[in-house]
Amino acid sequence: MGQKLLMKGNEVIAEAAIRAGCRHYFGYPITPQTEIMHYMAKKLPKIGGVFVQAESEVAAINMVYGAASTGKRVLTSSSSPGISLKQEGISYIAGAQLPAVVVNIMRGGPGLGGIQPSQSDYFQATKGGGHGDYHMVVLAPASIQEMYELTVDAFNISDRYRIMTMILGDGVLGQMMEVVNFRDEEIIEHYDKSWATTGHGNKREHNMITSIHLDPAVLEQWNIGLQNKYKLISEKEQRYELYNCEDAEIILVAYGTVSRICKGVIKEAAEQGIRLGLIRPITLFPFPVDAIEKVIDIPKAFLTVEMSSGQMVDDVRLTINGRKPVYFTGRMGGMIPTVNNIMTKVMEIKEKHR
Amino acid sequence: MAIVFKAPNALCDVPLHYCPGCTHGIAHRLVAEAIDELDIEGKTIGISPVGCAYNNYLYFNCDMIQAAHGRAPAVATGVKRSLPDNIVFTYQGDGDLAAIGTAEIIHAAARSENITVIFINNTIYGMTSGQMAPTTLLGQITTTTPYGRDAKYNGFPIRVCEMLATLEGPAYIERVSLHDIKNIRKAKAAVKKAFKVQMAGKGFSLVEILSTCPTNWGLSPVEAMKRVENEMIPHYPLGVFVGADLEV
Amino acid sequence: MFPNEIIIAGFGGQGILSAGRLLAYAGMLEDKQVSFLPSYGPEMRGGTANCMVVISEREIASPVLNSCNALIVMNNPSLEKFESWVKPNGIIITDSSLVHKKVKRTDIKVFEIPATHLASERGNKTYSNIYLLGKLIKETGCVKPENFEKALYGILPEKRHSMIPEEMEVLKAGMEY
Ligand SMILES: Cc1ncc(C[n+]2csc(CCOP(=O)(O)OP(=O)(O)O)c2C)c(N)n1
Ligand code: SF4
Ligand SMILES: [Mg+2]
Repeated sequence: MGQKLLMKGNEVIAEAAIRAGCRHYFGYPITPQTEIMHYMAKKLPKIGGVFVQAESEVAAINMVYGAASTGKRVLTSSSSPGISLKQEGISYIAGAQLPAVVVNIMRGGPGLGGIQPSQSDYFQATKGGGHGDYHMVVLAPASIQEMYELTVDAFNISDRYRIMTMILGDGVLGQMMEVVNFRDEEIIEHYDKSWATTGHGNKREHNMITSIHLDPAVLEQWNIGLQNKYKLISEKEQRYELYNCEDAEIILVAYGTVSRICKGVIKEAAEQGIRLGLIRPITLFPFPVDAIEKVIDIPKAFLTVEMSSGQMVDDVRLTINGRKPVYFTGRMGGMIPTVNNIMTKVMEIKEKHR
Repeated sequence: MAIVFKAPNALCDVPLHYCPGCTHGIAHRLVAEAIDELDIEGKTIGISPVGCAYNNYLYFNCDMIQAAHGRAPAVATGVKRSLPDNIVFTYQGDGDLAAIGTAEIIHAAARSENITVIFINNTIYGMTSGQMAPTTLLGQITTTTPYGRDAKYNGFPIRVCEMLATLEGPAYIERVSLHDIKNIRKAKAAVKKAFKVQMAGKGFSLVEILSTCPTNWGLSPVEAMKRVENEMIPHYPLGVFVGADLEV
Repeated sequence: MFPNEIIIAGFGGQGILSAGRLLAYAGMLEDKQVSFLPSYGPEMRGGTANCMVVISEREIASPVLNSCNALIVMNNPSLEKFESWVKPNGIIITDSSLVHKKVKRTDIKVFEIPATHLASERGNKTYSNIYLLGKLIKETGCVKPENFEKALYGILPEKRHSMIPEEMEVLKAGMEY
């Protein structure tokens, strides 16, 4: 039967995490994601969970490091400036190969920037962000329903690969309400966590969680292990939606909120007899190169649209590697691209490739 | 015609954005009056926090710098060490100073940085809609302590003045309140003294100002003033913690 | 069927966001696709507030609107900002107790309801948004009044349920104004 509710994106993430078996939340307030915290503050104490308001994002991510070391499902959330502060901890979590989930409801930057929606943390999310050769899995929902489903998936993916997974949304997704259909029961995957530091009880060798390997040969091997894991993830976990691509003249590439606007553009263009398609990456890391390979021969050109100065477009260009022209349009600072903004660019491209 | 009341020069002639009944505005005025009376506007550099006062760089007429959340004392250190003859102050809320910025304030005090800190304690995160602050009183309901602050889960409120007073660095530390005229006068004297301590090169000075947040407390402005007097002062006693007999 | 794309705008504290949420909730009860996007920010300090609501038979492309077919405005700046967003043949409903500017467009239908005044006469200013919603529901048919009533029961805290019959009277008065 499930349960059908009208809910805010931030609250859906919190509720989904609880449904996925997460009972540990550590965070620090920041707009526009604070409702995740408020929800956890209300709910977790009632179900025997742990909610701690940390003194900073630096502390919160290290609390995550600690809780994840014990093998518990753990969540933290923030928005852009706070995510910057978490980078140190995220690097350590990557180095120590701990499973955990972090949410970034992006706002405009750099610096204190603003609080309106943005996608300008794409580089930070997908290319490492902190120091060292590492990645997180990055999931980019585009609807409230997907915020629910991907949050549950995020915990499973994290446990499956012992990796940090980021849910990357923006202020629109965090604040808006849509209908969410909750399943009666979640699919919670269980993995061996015998690596966890839970006290050996004199029954096993002691476990160690660490990211330091002073012998470069050992550290290189450790890094090779990480890279193999990322390769495996790239092979197995790419997710995307292809929309209307079959006979598109131009294929748009957009994720999250902007992909929704692009769907509006596609409808409007169809009314004018212009055939547009959309690749919507759902995983940003791994970047869904398969999606592009599937449709590469179809359009005359690709157009990436983002709420940034053009970040994901780099991955689109790397994948296409000169085989087709790639264009970009976007807005910055908390401004959202309008249907008109995008249509203007579409017409410009159409003109060029007549 | 004699002018009996006018806005301080050190405040810009723009409307403040604070909620009705919020004492951030009074605190601004006191700082500006002190700057005027000491005639230091031209050489003063202020550091704005992250909190409801994030944009008070628009309000103070002296040069101003906006800092990252909690980092104002470090920024102030950089400014003061670069321009030791200038006057440098930070203006920080309790979340900014006593949560995310605890390390910065403790070490600025320990180094006895010759700066002045104006610390606004309203027992809440005002800007982000009413979460628990490190100064939130036990039992106080906030958006992150929906069942009231419980020492078992949320720890105890921090008394910043008392904590910093254990260090050898600070030259002057006082806690004041804005809940009535008499106390506002005292607060003014404390703010002025803090600047004078810095001008005399005595080292770190901090004035904690007990302040209101009617919006997130869910109280009327009048009730909010009462809460300061009846609930905050018993936990945060007023007085001088360091430098009582310091003459400047 | 075209989707109903609705913008409601005014000051914080006028019930702008709750009006939008009620519509979305009622739409959900009719098994339609709905989205509700509130403006956000330090609104508590007397700023402006608006929300975008889409109620549709089919999948909603974007919850972010650049145009709409129905606009409710409860202050002058909102009329100035959003008047041009309304599609030809769309509607604008104003709270004429507060909006003194006149709608300039001639290709749309305009309804002026002194909602704040009517609500004060009834002794409860918080009803003003319901008068306007009544007219919106009547003119667009975006949701059925009985589902709006269910939405009130679904969203309002229990202690306010006793007010719902009166709110429904207000809704009907708005529909018939
Ligand atoms: C790194 C970072 N984390 C979180 C925030 C969000 N934030 C803005 S103001 C604030 C709290 C401010 O509270 P306080 O210092 O008590 O000031 P008040 O608003 O009460 O005056 C927070 C957490 C931020 N801007 N940057
Ligand atoms: S939210 Fe509180 S602290 Fe901020 S301006 Fe309003 S009353 Fe003052
Ligand atoms: Mg505060």
